[in-house]
Amino acid sequence: MQFLRAILLRLATTAVTLFGAALIVFVVVRVVPGNPIAMMLPPNATEDDVARLRALYGLDKSIMEQFVIWLGGVVQGDFGTSISLRRPVAELVLGRLPATLELSILALILAVALGGAMALLGTRWRGRRTEAAVDVANGVGMSVPDFLWGLLLILLFGVLWPLFHISGRVSPQLDLPFSTNFYLFESLLRLRFDITADLLAHMFMPSVALALPLAAIIGQLLKQSLKETMGLDYVTLARTKGYGETRVILREALRNAVLPTLTLVGVQFTFLIGGTVIIERLFSYEGLGNMAIDAVINRDLPLIQGIVIVFAALFTAVNLVVDLTYAALNPRLRHA
Amino acid sequence: MSAYLEIRNLSAVVRGTGERLLRGVSIALEAGHVTGLVGESGAGKSMIGKAVLGILPTAVEVVEGEILLDGQDLLRMPPDRRRRLIGATAALIPQDPLTALNPSHRVGPQITDRLVDILGWSRADAEARAQALLDEVHIAEPARVMKSYPHELSGGMRQRILIAAAFAAEPRLIVADEPTTALDVTVQKQILRLIAEMQARHGTAMLFVTHDLGVVSKICQDLAVLYAGKVVEQAAMRDFFRAPAHPYSRALLAATPQYTDPTGSLRPVERDVLDTVEAEIAADDREWRNGQAGP
Repeated sequence: MQFLRAILLRLATTAVTLFGAALIVFVVVRVVPGNPIAMMLPPNATEDDVARLRALYGLDKSIMEQFVIWLGGVVQGDFGTSISLRRPVAELVLGRLPATLELSILALILAVALGGAMALLGTRWRGRRTEAAVDVANGVGMSVPDFLWGLLLILLFGVLWPLFHISGRVSPQLDLPFSTNFYLFESLLRLRFDITADLLAHMFMPSVALALPLAAIIGQLLKQSLKETMGLDYVTLARTKGYGETRVILREALRNAVLPTLTLVGVQFTFLIGGTVIIERLFSYEGLGNMAIDAVINRDLPLIQGIVIVFAALFTAVNLVVDLTYAALNPRLRHA
Repeated sequence: MSAYLEIRNLSAVVRGTGERLLRGVSIALEAGHVTGLVGESGAGKSMIGKAVLGILPTAVEVVEGEILLDGQDLLRMPPDRRRRLIGATAALIPQDPLTALNPSHRVGPQITDRLVDILGWSRADAEARAQALLDEVHIAEPARVMKSYPHELSGGMRQRILIAAAFAAEPRLIVADEPTTALDVTVQKQILRLIAEMQARHGTAMLFVTHDLGVVSKICQDLAVLYAGKVVEQAAMRDFFRAPAHPYSRALLAATPQYTDPTGSLRPVERDVLDTVEAEIAADDREWRNGQAGP
């Protein structure tokens, strides 16, 4: 009963969040200079042509009226038609979403693995040179933004040692027997590891570029939290039981130290998803972010709107997952 | 008969500053005996227990002395061997039961972990042993309690569990670090009685750290009075209460509140007594420094 209430409350707040995001973007893209009609017509078009096209796309009505019309469509699952691509927004956005999801999740996995390893190393050999090295690495990781990492990686693994693909999502000559756009996931399911390898060779650099700043934050925060936990009474008690340092860290401290880090990782992961916009552009990766930039350049209002809604939905989903994980890891919350 | 635990001339300092925390402490503990370590806050009584168990804070450094456990010097042993030896033969009853259990593990594994991981027992044997121990510390429904998380249990319950966990591997030495200080007064007495009962039944030698002479008188055979990291008096319980030898011990004994006269009996340690003991410490430090500089 309580559980059901919590879910309903959660859904309601999610709806409010999405509505707010939609409204803000709807108004902003219509208030800023530049309009889609000018992009579509040849330079010699008459006033009349402009007016006819404006009426066709409903842009002659007031912003509030337009919003209500758009919202009416959304309720029925119709997100409008892209002005520049002339296809339904929902189809376009859902077609690209898997590419961005796969990239973000791969980046998140890399960040957690790398940051976790850094934190554990720095805690195990705290107060020694290893910790100092970890601190320096984390400092560098945090202070260089993802797109600069991207450029650096291109220079290293695209130019100096061309080990990985610098652009695209998959090699065009490959025949893809897939029924969804979750290529990486599906290639694993269908055991087509040749395609998996090709996908990873494309995703390596963008995902590492996205992962490094987050890995540094996780590394720093988790190390701090682990070090604090290592001074607590139950850890000291475990030492007297005969456990070695490594075992004490993994068995007694890690699980408790992860909790404060987790909340932050959730927040930072949404930043990472935001970072895909520029990183996908940099690596010509055919994801949602790359499409968003095109949509903005073309003033493709319905498409921008659709992409923003998907990003906003993604952010709320991430927060939900974080809350659930937190509850799963913390027995004190589970029973409350 | 030689002592089971013998601490000889143990000195510890703060790393870096060189400030002395333990001043040539020597204490002998016979197998199966209970020795009280008594002193004010900061007198170094807990420090001694921590040095024995190898859990001194990293900022503290032992600079001289020996800790002989059954004849083997813990301080001159490879750290891994020492850790395993301590895990197998010694245990700690911690001060604060609210923070000494890991909040994200169930209670059961926190009693059985040492048996399974360090001593190589089977899980089933360890669990049976844990149930028996919880029974011994008068916990009803041991099976249910073992499946609980610490936050579901009261402070008194948790301290009982920690006592059970300390006795799990049938240790020959237990360090009890002010085990009743953090508890409600009503629970203190029960826990103290329980520790005494467990100690007597298992014949475990015990270092009992406390600031409460009343507690010491109930459970210990011997006691050592500490001031500023120095043992000012070491005596058998009976002799101590009949005739404390050191002026500081007498003052400490006089300062113990009496239930019959709670306000009148509260007497601070007098200035001239403190001066005497401070002078002794200063003399000791001079001698120690000369000894350090000499050879």
